[in-house]
Amino acid sequence: MKALLAAWALLLPTPAFAAALEGEVQRQPINWVAIAMFVAFVGLTLWITKAAAARTRTASEFYTAGGGITGFQNGLAMAGDYMSAASFLGISAQIFTDGYDGLIYSTGFLVGWPILLFLMAERLRNLGRYTFADVASYRFAQPPVRSFAAVSTLLVVSFYLVAQMVGAGQLIKLLFGLPYAAAVVIVGGLMMLYVLFGGMRATTWVQIIKAVLLLGGASFMAVMVLAQAGFSLETLFARAVEVKTQAALATGASADQAAQQGRAIMAPGGFIKDPVSAISFGLALMLGTAGLPHILMRFFTVPDAKEARKSVLWATGWIGYFYILTFIIGFGAILLVGTNAAYLDGQGALRGGGNMAAIHLAHAIGGNAFLGFISAVAFATILAVVAGLTLSAASAVSHDLYATVLRHGQASSADELRVSRITTLALGALAVLLGLVFEKQNVAFMVSLAFALAASGNFPVLILSLLWSGCTTRGAAWGGTIGLLTAFVLTLLSPAVWTTTFGLGDAPFPYSSAAIVSVPAGFLAIWLISLVDRSPRAAIDKAGYPAQRVRAETGIGAFAASDH
Amino acid sequence: MQDEQDRLVAAVAADPRYEALVARRSRLGWTLSAVIFIAFVGYLLLIAFRPALLATPVGTGITSLGIPLGLGLILLAIALTGFYVRQANRHHDAQMAAIIRDHGA
Repeated sequence: MKALLAAWALLLPTPAFAAALEGEVQRQPINWVAIAMFVAFVGLTLWITKAAAARTRTASEFYTAGGGITGFQNGLAMAGDYMSAASFLGISAQIFTDGYDGLIYSTGFLVGWPILLFLMAERLRNLGRYTFADVASYRFAQPPVRSFAAVSTLLVVSFYLVAQMVGAGQLIKLLFGLPYAAAVVIVGGLMMLYVLFGGMRATTWVQIIKAVLLLGGASFMAVMVLAQAGFSLETLFARAVEVKTQAALATGASADQAAQQGRAIMAPGGFIKDPVSAISFGLALMLGTAGLPHILMRFFTVPDAKEARKSVLWATGWIGYFYILTFIIGFGAILLVGTNAAYLDGQGALRGGGNMAAIHLAHAIGGNAFLGFISAVAFATILAVVAGLTLSAASAVSHDLYATVLRHGQASSADELRVSRITTLALGALAVLLGLVFEKQNVAFMVSLAFALAASGNFPVLILSLLWSGCTTRGAAWGGTIGLLTAFVLTLLSPAVWTTTFGLGDAPFPYSSAAIVSVPAGFLAIWLISLVDRSPRAAIDKAGYPAQRVRAETGIGAFAASDH
Repeated sequence: MQDEQDRLVAAVAADPRYEALVARRSRLGWTLSAVIFIAFVGYLLLIAFRPALLATPVGTGITSLGIPLGLGLILLAIALTGFYVRQANRHHDAQMAAIIRDHGA
C-alpha cells in the first residue's frame, strides 16, 4: 500500500512538469506522467506478487493458483494474456494507414476462441492438471508425447517472447524516452519477479489488471472519438474518407483519383496479396489460438469444466469488444491525428513511427496525462503477456520434462517448484539476451511463426488424441513433430524471412503463412503414423481411449481445486 | 477410490443415455465450429475474390458492406460462444449429472 501512496504522490505534481517539457525540441523526451503511472502499476502488481508469494509454496499453486480462479476472472486474464501491445498499436495503426484492412486481422485473431470452446475447453479441463501436455499424453506413453509437447511449448514461447521483448524495447524507448537496453532489462526483471515469487496467482492478477486498464483506456478513447462524430459511425467514416481525400488532393492527385483513394479505406486493400496467403494466414491465427500453450494452461486455473466454458465466453466477449474499439480508435486517429501537423513529421508520416497512431490519438484526446496513461498501459500490457509466456514455458520444463520424463512422476512438489523457478530465471535471462541481440532485426514474422507452430503441432495432437481412438503414442509424438518442422521450415522459406529478413531474393515458399500446408501435414502425419503403428504400445493406446473419453466428457476423476 | 472411479466410468460408458448426450453435445460443437469456420473462410474468400462487393456502400451512405460483415463476424463469434454456453448450462450439465448420479457417484 505504501508503494501505491508513494506512486500517487509522484503522480500528482507531474502534469505541470510534463507540460513544461513540451516546448523542448527533444524527439523523445522522458514522459514523466507515463513513468509515474507505470510506477503505480508496478507498485500495485508487486504488492499483489508479495501477497501471492506467501501462498505459492506448492507446485499446484505455482502452476494453477490452486485451481481456484473463477470463470469471470479467468476470462479477463485470458483476454489480458491475448491482447498484446502489438495488436492494440499495430491494428489501430494499420487502420490509420489503410482503413478497412485492420479489421481483417482482428477477425482472424478472434475466430479461434469459439473453436477452442466448442471442441476443447471442457475436455481440456476434465483431463488436465497443469499443462496441455497432461491432456495430449493422457493415454499415451509419457516420455515421447511429453517431450514433444515441451519442445513445442518452448519453441512457440521463445518466438512469441522474442517478438514481445523487441517490441517492448522499441515501444518503451519511444514512449518513455528510456534506452532500449534499459527497457528490455526492466521488462525481463519485472516479469521474473512476478513469475518467480507469485507464480500463476500473481501472473493472473497482472493480466486481469492490465486487461481492465487496457479495456478502460480503449473504451474512453473510442467514446471520445464517437463523440467527435456525433455518435454516428456513418459520420465517422464519412469524415475519415474526407480526410484521406484531402490528403490525396494535397499530393497532387486529380479529383477523381483523390476521391477513389479516400474511398479505399472503406474496402479491403493491400492486406490480401493472394487468396492462398489469406486463407493460410487465417488458418494459422484461428487454429493457432487453440494451440497456444500459455492460453491452454489458463484452463487449469479454474475449478471445473463449467468455469472453463465461462472463461472462454468472457474472453471472447472482451477480446471481440476490444477489437471493435480498436477499429473505432483507428478511424479516430485518421480524423484527429492525421489532420494535426503536431503529430506528423515533415513528410506527413507519423512522428515516432507508424505504430504511434493510438498513442498520438491519446494525446489528442486527453493531453499529456492521458498519453501517459495509455503509454503505461502499453508497457503493462507487454509485462502481462511475457509473464504468461514465461510461466507456461517454465511449467513445460519442470512439469513435463523434469517431473514426468526425467523423474517418471516421482518428483516431489518442492523439487518441481525449485526446477520451475530455476527455469524462470534462465528464461528471463535468455529473453533479455535475445531481446538485446534482436534489437535491429525485423521480428514481425515471429508472432505469426508462433501461431503457425501452435496450429501445426499442438492443435492436431490435441484434437486427435482427444477425439480419435486410433491415435497412438508414435503418431502423436512423431506426427506432431512433423507438423512443427513443416511449419518451421516453410516459414524460413517464406517471403517474410527469406526475402525481408535475410535478403536472399525470391522466396522458395511464396505464401505468407505456412499453415495451409503445415496444418494438414500435421494431421496427416499423426493419422498415417498411427495407422501403420503395430507396436504393443499402440494396442495399449487404443485400448485406453474409451475410458479417456468418458472422463473427458463427464469430468469423472478430474483434478478438483482441493486436490490440486 | 481408483477402483470406484473405474467402475463408475465403465457404468456410465455402458449407459445409452450417456452415448446419446455425448453425441448430441459433440454434434452441437462440430456444427458451431463449422459455422464459424465457414463464415470466416467465406469472409476471406470474399476479400480475395470480390473486394468490389465489400466496397459497395450500404444504402446511400458511405459505410461499405464490408464493415457490417467484418463487425458482424466478431459479433457472430461472441453470439455462438454464448449460445453454446447457454445450451451447456441449461441442458447438458444437468443431464450429465443425472446420468452420473444414477450410477451412484
